[in-house]
Amino acid sequence: MAKIYSKKTLVIPTMKPKKEVVSFLLNYSKALSIIKGNKMSFEIIAN
Amino acid sequence: MANVQLPDSLLVHNYIEGDENALTILINRHQSKIFGFIYSKISDRDISNDIFQDTFIKVIKTLKSKSYNEEGKFLPWVMRIAHNLIIDHFRKNKKMPMFRETEEFSIFSIMSDDSPTIENKIIREQVDSDLRKLIEELPADQKEVLVMRMYQDMSFKEISEITGVSINTALGRMRYALMNMRKVIDKHQIILTN
Repeated sequence: MAKIYSKKTLVIPTMKPKKEVVSFLLNYSKALSIIKGNKMSFEIIAN
Repeated sequence: MANVQLPDSLLVHNYIEGDENALTILINRHQSKIFGFIYSKISDRDISNDIFQDTFIKVIKTLKSKSYNEEGKFLPWVMRIAHNLIIDHFRKNKKMPMFRETEEFSIFSIMSDDSPTIENKIIREQVDSDLRKLIEELPADQKEVLVMRMYQDMSFKEISEITGVSINTALGRMRYALMNMRKVIDKHQIILTN
């Protein structure tokens, strides 16, 4: 029986951060408000 | 698809104006490049994730505080933040190198405390004390040779010169000393080991 030769392609996995990290960032962004005062700014994280 | 058409500058503008979805598009668009860049320097997935997160926290804070000047260079700006955080990471690690355990390898497999425990110390002291008592029971000439040999680390040549006997006699006395001690140990079933 003839051998079957297959060309294996070298797959380099795309580097990506964890889904949880991205999810956290998006939630953090939604919760964060920044209010600027005279010389100060306030970061407010809404629950 | 809308997200392919919208340039970064417009997405940044929309995000600053309150469109949270714009951030989602920006992160999805650039996450591979930024994370890949970080990982290429750090070579640790967990730390790379941490730095990625810290990078975007800075991005989010800067954009939300409206401190960002859009000059059409969003990605280079984010990469610069990531780059600086990588440098901070290496600076911190240099001062305090950190070893992290993995499931396959525990630091305690190469690092161990070989110092004797309190129990071992007590046993050791007891054994030394019992040994000295046994030695005291030996005949004077045998005791003399044994003490010189074991406690003063003298050679048999030195012992023979000091005691005024031949080397063979000194050897004989040592041999008898050990035989007598063994007899007493066996007779009284004394335990002299840790």
